Amino acid sequence: MIGFLAKRLALSLVTLWLLSVITFAGAQVLPGNIGRAMLGPFADQRAVDVLNHEMGTDRPLLVQYGDWISSAAMGDMGDSYAYRAPVAPFLATALVNSAKLALVAFLLVVPLGILGGIVAALNLGRPIDRILTILGLSATIVPEFVSGIVLILIFGVWLQWLPISATWPNDAGFATQLYHLLLPSIPLVLILFGYIARMTRAGMIEALDADYTRTAILKGLPRRIVIWRHVLRNALLPTISVISTQTAYLIGGLVVIETLFHYQGIGGLVFTAASKKDFPMLQAGVLTIGAIFILASLTADLLYALLNPRIRIGGRA
Amino acid sequence: MSVAEQPADSGAAEETLARHERLRQVFHSGTFLTGFTIILFWVFCAIFGVFVVPYDPYADDLMNALMPPSAEHWFGTDQLGRDVFSRVIVGARDILTVAPLATLVSTLAGTALGLMMGYFRGVIDEVLSRIVDALLALPTVIVALLALVALGPSSITVVFVIGFTFAPIIARTVRASVLAERDLDYIFTAQLRREGALHIMFREILPNILPPVLVEATVRLGYAIFTVATLSFIGFGIQPPSPDWGLSISANYGLIGGGYWWTILFDGLAIASLVVAVNLVADGLQGGHDD
Repeated sequence: MIGFLAKRLALSLVTLWLLSVITFAGAQVLPGNIGRAMLGPFADQRAVDVLNHEMGTDRPLLVQYGDWISSAAMGDMGDSYAYRAPVAPFLATALVNSAKLALVAFLLVVPLGILGGIVAALNLGRPIDRILTILGLSATIVPEFVSGIVLILIFGVWLQWLPISATWPNDAGFATQLYHLLLPSIPLVLILFGYIARMTRAGMIEALDADYTRTAILKGLPRRIVIWRHVLRNALLPTISVISTQTAYLIGGLVVIETLFHYQGIGGLVFTAASKKDFPMLQAGVLTIGAIFILASLTADLLYALLNPRIRIGGRA
Repeated sequence: MSVAEQPADSGAAEETLARHERLRQVFHSGTFLTGFTIILFWVFCAIFGVFVVPYDPYADDLMNALMPPSAEHWFGTDQLGRDVFSRVIVGARDILTVAPLATLVSTLAGTALGLMMGYFRGVIDEVLSRIVDALLALPTVIVALLALVALGPSSITVVFVIGFTFAPIIARTVRASVLAERDLDYIFTAQLRREGALHIMFREILPNILPPVLVEATVRLGYAIFTVATLSFIGFGIQPPSPDWGLSISANYGLIGGGYWWTILFDGLAIASLVVAVNLVADGLQGGHDD
């Protein structure tokens, strides 16, 4: 177990390092001359040089990378070009906001998705199974902004049940915040529902077919107890890892949802930074998102190993 | 290799029969046919739409801006007075060029990468796997945003950015299939014949793993459309004045509070119908759902 843990942790660190190189390459190397990219093609060459010197982007790339990564490790993500202020506080506020939105979406989708998967598996091959599967599959592939605008039209404009902006008044309490977050969270729920339901369904089908389930039924246990104690417990294993891998896609979706609903989260921050060519902000945002994903998949693997002894022994790279 | 040349090999004949039976099932499945018909409709619109629409999708008519759906303008007009129906029909063109090209790039790059990872294993596989993991640690939209900001948004950039961000996912599928094939006798025989690694990878292994690769490519096409639409919506994809669906929604959704629903709803439905159709086809190719 310790060996597995250590190996998994080391791999995560390697992935994180590679991610930092990719991010750095994307934000600092690809644009070529940063000062020129920010000031535009018609700016005076001297102004470009001055800006590059100010930002330190005229130094050798390796020096820049070393400088960036060592400060980032200490929690200093550099200064935003657009706001002329440290990036970290912006990032922290945005993360808290996004976490709220993601939490609402997760609290809605996890029970719904698992329930959908269970219902589908228990009605295997019947129309309700087929309908749930096709609906789940379709909801997963429709872009968030499309379901988002349709939802805004129906619930925000026509029925006027929910606010169409996710930003709440400054002194809003818990209930008001939740009220504002409900509509933006539904497109995310739609995207994730299909994955979770599909994994639960597959896990359920496998567990329903397993020998221990047959034994439990033959022992004369009531169906409800067989499903709760024997089937579900085994069926939910793969679902756990799907749920945590979906965090990354959730954050990808946040870029769009937060733009659509005017919400200041990490997705909105990355989008604004991208639009303003604010490379330090962009770079910090992207690295943070990647780090969250790596952490989530690490947690998923550990949980999985903890719950499933076979993995602990077999080892999985 | 045709069956007639090898009358003794009844196994091959049976396999061919089984394959035909599978194909027949696929073509008779309702989901596949529904999806396929919708895709055909949009492909038709993309190619011939310009010639059949009632209005020029680019022509402004400010006197008739923001008119609700009527007999003259079936889907109404947008804020510049352009006919929404004509724009929705012609809007299929760019996304149906960019997304399939991106899928092609990702399938080619991913297959080559996956073949190398699966065939050579060892150090090459470890190193490439780590890079793939790191790339997959970022949501596609974020990677695309990073690259598009750096390179400047254009349809060509979108093709390559999506192509390269999807390649690792295809590479993973290919790698897994190659690992399953790698220890089979025909590979060993080819190695004994002193065939080169490239020959074995592309001529021996590739034909045998083609079905899962094609299914994965179809699934990716759905996500490519998803991603192109999303990028266009946030302004980093297909550029104006294209009547592209995502772009039109992005240009008009600011008016949403004013009740001008027709300027965005039809574009939204168009995107939804196309991605769902591609997904239905992929589902049909997989032989129904996974049971």
